Amino acid sequence: MSYQLPSLPYDYQVLEPFVDKETMNIHHTKHHQAYVTNLNNATKDTDLVAIMQNIKNYPVAVRNNGGGHYNHSLFWKWMAPVGSSNVAPFGALKDKVESTFGSVDEMKKKFTDAALTRFGSGWAWLGVKNDGTLAITSTANQDNPLMTGVAEVEMIPILGLDVWEHAYYLKYQNRRAEYIQQWWNVVNWDEVVRYYDEFATKNQPVPIQ
Amino acid sequence: MLSSIPKMLARNTKNFGKLVACSKHTLPDLPYDYNALEPVISAEIMQLHHQKHHATYVNNLNVAEEKLLEAKHRGSVSDEIALTSALKFNGGGHINHTIFWSILCKNGTSEPQGDLAEAIKRDFGSYQRMVDLLVATSTGIQGSGWGWLGYNKQLNRLEIAACPNQDPLLATTGLHPLFGIDVWEHAYYLQYKNLRPDYVKNIFKIANWRKVEELFGNAKNN
Repeated sequence: MSYQLPSLPYDYQVLEPFVDKETMNIHHTKHHQAYVTNLNNATKDTDLVAIMQNIKNYPVAVRNNGGGHYNHSLFWKWMAPVGSSNVAPFGALKDKVESTFGSVDEMKKKFTDAALTRFGSGWAWLGVKNDGTLAITSTANQDNPLMTGVAEVEMIPILGLDVWEHAYYLKYQNRRAEYIQQWWNVVNWDEVVRYYDEFATKNQPVPIQ
Repeated sequence: MLSSIPKMLARNTKNFGKLVACSKHTLPDLPYDYNALEPVISAEIMQLHHQKHHATYVNNLNVAEEKLLEAKHRGSVSDEIALTSALKFNGGGHINHTIFWSILCKNGTSEPQGDLAEAIKRDFGSYQRMVDLLVATSTGIQGSGWGWLGYNKQLNRLEIAACPNQDPLLATTGLHPLFGIDVWEHAYYLQYKNLRPDYVKNIFKIANWRKVEELFGNAKNN
């Protein structure tokens, strides 16, 4: 059973004007597809979460493409057209965000800062650590916080933002700060809360596919 | 110019501001118009790349250096060390892009000649083999970075190398930079989208080998 490119849960244009249709199309059909193709060429192992938790035992092609496939599979689900999900965290996650960061706005500021200060290619993350606490971090390239021995802060990601230039350059060019600010409009908080409630708080990484 | 200012001045608070001001880095002008490298690199990319990306590295380098001098003035080694990343990112970005603009030119030049041509033949077998290696290396860089043809002065040989992000070749590997290819997505995305290999192969059509020969001569003789 090889890895497959997941379909988007929506059409390419639905995140406009915050994330443009052309970027969504190329990002999904070219970049994510390439990670899937290269991952299938790099390993026959099929448990991607287990791979990432043992990433030091795999060649760099698996780290880059396995990470790419996992990160992007969730990325599409972390976004939704405006109006189709809650506009902020709710329930237990909201309480946890407020007790950890003071407020949802403070959490967003810290997350934005992590996304802005990741030099070069990478991702910003909100996740749940082993001890149940919420944390924010960033990783380089296609690494993610599930990668044991690699990520600076190891945790189960429940929200991630792609800050590779291909994620925003067509619409925002060098203006990464503007991209991040606009991206908050399309975060699918329903899904983020679900990942928190059903997986991260039970110390389980979010599965893909 | 800077080296001729006596060290005493640096310790003199009254002149401190003047010292910082006159050592500011500036964005170099391109030696050609923004559209000169078309159709290989679009005018739109050249303008953004120069006026936004390179300019930001220059500005942030100046800020980092000012903070560095200020930390030194305060006697805080810890604060100096905390600026290492910012200096590498922005200083490297400034160094790399300054070299980059100079090794490209409208329509490119004829292939390497003279000493450089001989060195390429000796170290790679042929110019085409060197190009193939540099293309493969540059295309294969994960994320952001640069592919380089560099000169190893100790071993007197040319080498191909890859550096991540804006890590400067000389400071991080000891290789003298001769010809570099920026493979950050901002260098090609508006025109080539995900097709980095096409951009990297096309860059040799606008390579200024006369400049690279000059850089090689300088590296060997200095």
